[in-house]
Amino acid sequence: MNLVNIAWKSIRQRSLASSLTALSVALGVALMVTVLVINSVVTKMFSQSMTGYDLVVGAKGSAMQLVLNTIYFLDKPIENLPYSYYQKIRNNSGVSHAIPFCLGDTTQDGRFRIVGTIPEYFDIEYMPKHKFQFQPGGGIMKDPFDAVIGARVARSNGWSVGSQFSIAHGGNLEDVHAEKFTVKGILAPTGTPNDGGVFIHLDGFYMIPGHEKPLDEVRERDKAFGLEIAEETPSRERRTFQGPDGKVYKELPDSQKEVTAILVRVKFMTFAPMLQASIKKGPLAQAANPIAEIGKLLRNIVGNIRTVLVVMTALIIVVSGVSIFVSIYNSMSDRRREIAIMRALGASRTTVFSIIIAESILLCVGGGILGFLIGHTLVFIASPVVEARSEILLNPWAFELDELIILPALIVLATIVGLVPGLTAYRTDVARGLAE
Amino acid sequence: MSLVLKDIRKSYREPDGKRLPILNISHFELQAGEQAVLLGPSGGGKTTLLNVISGITAPDSGSVILDGTDIARFSENRRDRFRAQKIGFVFQTFNLLGAFTALENVLLGMSFSGRRVNRPHAVDLLTRVGLAHRLDHRPSAMSVGEQQRVAVARALANNPALLLADEPTANVDVTNQQTILTLIREACREHNVALLMVTHSMEVAGQFQRVDRLSDFNQPEGTP
Repeated sequence: MNLVNIAWKSIRQRSLASSLTALSVALGVALMVTVLVINSVVTKMFSQSMTGYDLVVGAKGSAMQLVLNTIYFLDKPIENLPYSYYQKIRNNSGVSHAIPFCLGDTTQDGRFRIVGTIPEYFDIEYMPKHKFQFQPGGGIMKDPFDAVIGARVARSNGWSVGSQFSIAHGGNLEDVHAEKFTVKGILAPTGTPNDGGVFIHLDGFYMIPGHEKPLDEVRERDKAFGLEIAEETPSRERRTFQGPDGKVYKELPDSQKEVTAILVRVKFMTFAPMLQASIKKGPLAQAANPIAEIGKLLRNIVGNIRTVLVVMTALIIVVSGVSIFVSIYNSMSDRRREIAIMRALGASRTTVFSIIIAESILLCVGGGILGFLIGHTLVFIASPVVEARSEILLNPWAFELDELIILPALIVLATIVGLVPGLTAYRTDVARGLAE
Repeated sequence: MSLVLKDIRKSYREPDGKRLPILNISHFELQAGEQAVLLGPSGGGKTTLLNVISGITAPDSGSVILDGTDIARFSENRRDRFRAQKIGFVFQTFNLLGAFTALENVLLGMSFSGRRVNRPHAVDLLTRVGLAHRLDHRPSAMSVGEQQRVAVARALANNPALLLADEPTANVDVTNQQTILTLIREACREHNVALLMVTHSMEVAGQFQRVDRLSDFNQPEGTP
């Protein structure tokens, strides 16, 4: 019989107390595993999902808000920029791609964001080495009232290629536009916020009544920012299009078009900071580096929340460790005789000390392994729920390298909490113990 | 294994700080394979003497010589190892560990000796004390007589040269007293193990050729 066998027997003898203390460790570890896995998924989601673009250009205001709104479809849009500003960025010789985004509307049920954009958006990598793929039977949008939807939208709303939908103006569910858009393509899952996006053709977006900026406001804005005063495009020069409802829609004059944001890819990385600085100098817009902004978010908010959660769960594990200490320490007075018998049979002081430490480690590690199983089972059970309710794709088999630290940490904790009871065993007076 | 005690003194400190002398033995000897009974009243120092002989307690002074080796000079660790390998102990209250089965209690005695745990030997010992059918039973499921037989098997597990028995029949019923006594004596005879049995029972003492009264050679208050 080795020390572990002997320690295991002692644990089994006090099965109820041992089970409860191991369970408290298990719950702490399960919580920590869950926090680590979810934190990792959220971090990956924020740090990878939009590295395909070098800059996000939008109205002056919070750079973080601009990035969150444009890339993660979170938060509210700041303000709009004139369409001419988008054209100016697009025509910049250092820019390889400029994708306009018109945001603010939602699907009729208010659950998904409408993104007015151009078909080119789907030709560009949304992450390095990741290009959009379409689910079978669908493809890119061509006509003004065509739409492409993300995988989660299709699954959640039961939409397929050919489905039609309306949009709520400004997210106001009581102000639904009469125009219908037709799903032409469904994106394959990307694990990014694109899965929850409803992309409609920019031309169609501008053809919807209420999306034009009134001319007097245009003039007022242009005057305020010292822009060239826009002139109304003569009606005969504007293109028309017959919508799926049979009505004829007329293209909006450029002067009355606005964009919420512009996603920019530059030809040379060194050009990005130069463009960012030059946009910042102007009165209208700002350019945010999405990676830098998300880095700030992760460091300042997500990182801190993670730290708090990890510290809290670590404290729970420490408390569990204390309960192991209490459990073993309380048992010591009952076990003085047992230890004295072992000593009389020839066990050295170090041996009985080691038995107590082994007992503490077995409880901690046993609880820890149970905690790993519970934690990953929780992640496994929660993954479809999380995926259905958020943008987050949770891999049910996700395993974080940080988890590898937990087991050695538990062994250290067990050794520490086992020290005092171990020393009590070490110091047991054999003659007195046998006489009890 | 022969046992020789020379000039053994042992005292305990009382709560008021004074020393309470327990043992003062100038000479005591037990030959290899010899069986002796030590008689003495309760509180007379019998258990302390067994603890000193087994190395559980170190004497204040003097020598405990086992086969020419003075174990009183050993470190505590060495005494522990020596005890596990050379000395068997049978207690009045059996002192079996409740979490372990009969077989495991015997194996436990082996595991502290530093030698390989010999499971067939443990099974054989339990079979010889009539407990082949009780190997996997815990002490709580056994009668007191059976428990003491397990304790005897455990004491013999490491093939000791000296068996110390502290009132081994005091807690068993009359029927089992003789069985236990015979078992211990025959086992010692068979393996040429020296036996020193402490008792206050004249009935038990009457069965031994050598009967020593502790008071005859222990004079804690003065020169013996």
